[in-house]
Amino acid sequence: MQSNTADNVRAALGRRGRWGWGEIAFWLMAAATLFFLPERHLILNEVAIIGLFALSLDLILGYAGIVSLGHAAFFGLGAYAAGILARNGIGDPLVGLAVAALAAAILGFVTSFLVLRGSDLTKLMVTLGVALVLGELANQMSWLTGGADGLQGISMGPILGLFEFDIFGTVAYTYSLVVTFVLFVLARRIVVSPYGLSLRSIRDNPLRARAVGIPVNRRLVAIYTLAAAYAGIAGALLAQTTQFVSLDVLAFHRSADVMLVLVIGGVGYLYGGLIGAVFFKVLQDVLSAWTPQYWQFWIGLILVLLVLAGRERLTDRIRALWPRSRRSLVADASQPLPTTKAREV
Amino acid sequence: MLTILFDGMAYGMLLFVLACGLAVTLGLMNFVNLAHGAFAMAGGYVTAVLMNRYGVPFLLTLPLAFLVPALAGLVLERTLYKQLYTRSHLDQVLFSIGLVFMAVAAVDYTMGSQQQMIRIPTWLQGRVEILGIQVGLYRSFIIAVCGVLVVTLQFILTRTRFGSRLRAAVDDPRVARGLGINVSVIFAATFAVGSGLAGLGGALGAEILGLDPTFPLKFMIYFLIVVTVGGTTSITGPFLASLLLGIADVAGKYYVPSLGAFVIYTLMIVVLVLRPQGLFARAR
Repeated sequence: MQSNTADNVRAALGRRGRWGWGEIAFWLMAAATLFFLPERHLILNEVAIIGLFALSLDLILGYAGIVSLGHAAFFGLGAYAAGILARNGIGDPLVGLAVAALAAAILGFVTSFLVLRGSDLTKLMVTLGVALVLGELANQMSWLTGGADGLQGISMGPILGLFEFDIFGTVAYTYSLVVTFVLFVLARRIVVSPYGLSLRSIRDNPLRARAVGIPVNRRLVAIYTLAAAYAGIAGALLAQTTQFVSLDVLAFHRSADVMLVLVIGGVGYLYGGLIGAVFFKVLQDVLSAWTPQYWQFWIGLILVLLVLAGRERLTDRIRALWPRSRRSLVADASQPLPTTKAREV
Repeated sequence: MLTILFDGMAYGMLLFVLACGLAVTLGLMNFVNLAHGAFAMAGGYVTAVLMNRYGVPFLLTLPLAFLVPALAGLVLERTLYKQLYTRSHLDQVLFSIGLVFMAVAAVDYTMGSQQQMIRIPTWLQGRVEILGIQVGLYRSFIIAVCGVLVVTLQFILTRTRFGSRLRAAVDDPRVARGLGINVSVIFAATFAVGSGLAGLGGALGAEILGLDPTFPLKFMIYFLIVVTVGGTTSITGPFLASLLLGIADVAGKYYVPSLGAFVIYTLMIVVLVLRPQGLFARAR
C-alpha cells in the first residue's frame, strides 16, 4: 500500500515533468530564428538575454513569491564581473559566465538573509536598496568599473576556442540562446521537482508550509541564490556579446523593466519571461520608432491596463496552451491570497 | 556644524511634507503607491507654470499647488486606486510604476525635459546670522510651514472625529463599516489630502530639490525610505525618520561627498534588517 502511494506520487511527478508539444514547438521556433531571421540576430540576442533575466526573476517571484525591485543588482554584478575579467586578459566566455554566476550567487546568498525578514514592503525596499548601493559603488569605484564612462576595452576570445564573435551577432545570438536553453531546462527540472512544489506551497501559504515541515527559510535562501546566479549569467551574456558595460546595468529601470517583461508574459510558468521578452522588445522597437522619446508612456499605460484588467486572467490563457499547465490550472487558479497585512506577519 | 544641522532639518521637514501623504496611503492603508512622487511633481509644475507664465506671486501659487494634485488624487482614487486596495502588493507596485512612467513621459511631452526654475521672492532669499549660525531665510520659511503642517496633521489624526474614524477604518475596515463609518469616503478624502500635501511639498521643494520630469523616479526612493524607516503605524515615526534622513543626507554630502547617496541607502538597509517594521513602529 505504502509503495503504491509512492509510485503514484512518482508517476504524477513524472507526468508533470513531461515536455508538451507546445513547449517543443516553442524551442524549435526559437532555433529556427537562427536560420530564418539572420538580419535580426543583434536584437534577438537582446531578447534571449532579457528572457533569461526574466526567467531568473520568475524563479523567485512566480515560484517563491518574493517581490523584488532590485533584481538588476545581480544582473549588473554579473555583467561587471564578466567585463572586468575579460578586460584583464581572461577572455574565455565560458569562464566569464562561471565567474559571473559565482559572484552573483555569493551576493544572492548573502542578501537573501536580508530578504527573509519583514513584510512585502520591507522586501521591496531591501532589494531596491541593495541594487542602489551596488549602483553607487560601481559609480564610485571608477578605477575598476570605468564609472560613468562605462567599462571599455572588453575583448572576448572565441567560444570553446572555436567560434569567434562576428559583427552580425549570429554567433552571439547562438551562444545566448544555447545558454538560455540549457538554463531553462535546468530551471524546468527544478520547478517540477518536489523542491519546486515546496516552493509553491511556501508562496501560497508560508505559515502552513512551515507547519507541514518545510524548512521555509532554507528553501527561500536556496532559490534566491539560484535566481541570483541566473541573473548574473544573463548580465555576463550582455557584457560579453555587446563588449560594453555601463552603470545602466544596475539602474532602477532595469529592475522595473524586467518585472514588466515578466508580468507581460505571465508569472509562474517559466515561459512568461521568454514570451514577455519577445513582446517587450518588439513593442519597444515599434513604439520607439513611432514616438522616440515617449515610448515609456505607452509602456506605463500597458502596465496600468494589465493590472486593471486582471493580469492573471490574461496570462492564464497563454498558460493554458501548455498541456502540463492546463492540467494543473485548477491548482494554479487559486492565486496567492491577497497578501496579509504587514501587521499580521 | 549647526548650519548643517539646520539645513538638514529643513531638508528633513521638506521630505516629511513630501512623504507624509505616502505615510498615510502606504503606511496606514497598506497600499504600495510608488506613484506618490508624481503628485509632488504635479504640485511643483503648477507653481512653476503659474509663476513663470502668468506671473502669480509665489505664496498665492502654494494653495493651488495643494489643490490641483489633491483633485487629481481624488479622481484617480475614485476611478482606479479604489479597485486595487484588496489586490496583491505586486499588482499595486506594477500599477503605480505604470502611472509613474506615464506621468514622466506626459510631463516631458508637455513641458519639455529641461529643469524648471522657480524664483522665490526676494524677501525669502539670502541668509541671516542668528547666534553665530548661518540661517537661510527660505529654509526657515520651509521649517515654519512644515512645522505648522506637522502639528495640524497630528492634531487632526489624534484629536478630531475624522482622525479617529480614519484610524478605525485603517485598523479594520470591516468593523468600521459595521459601525456606520463610511470607509470609502474617508479613504478618498485621506488620499486626496495626501496627494495635495505631496503637491505642496513639491512646490516648496522645487527650489531645493530641482524639478524636471524625472522627479517622481528620482525621489521615489527617498519617500519610500522615509516611510519604511519611520515605520508605518504612526505619523510621528515618518516625521522623526525624515528629520534623521534629512540631517544624515546633508551631513553625508558635506563631510563625505565621495560617498554620495551611499549613506542613506546603507542606513535604510541596516534599519530594515534590525527592525523590519521600521524604526519607530509600535508593536501591535
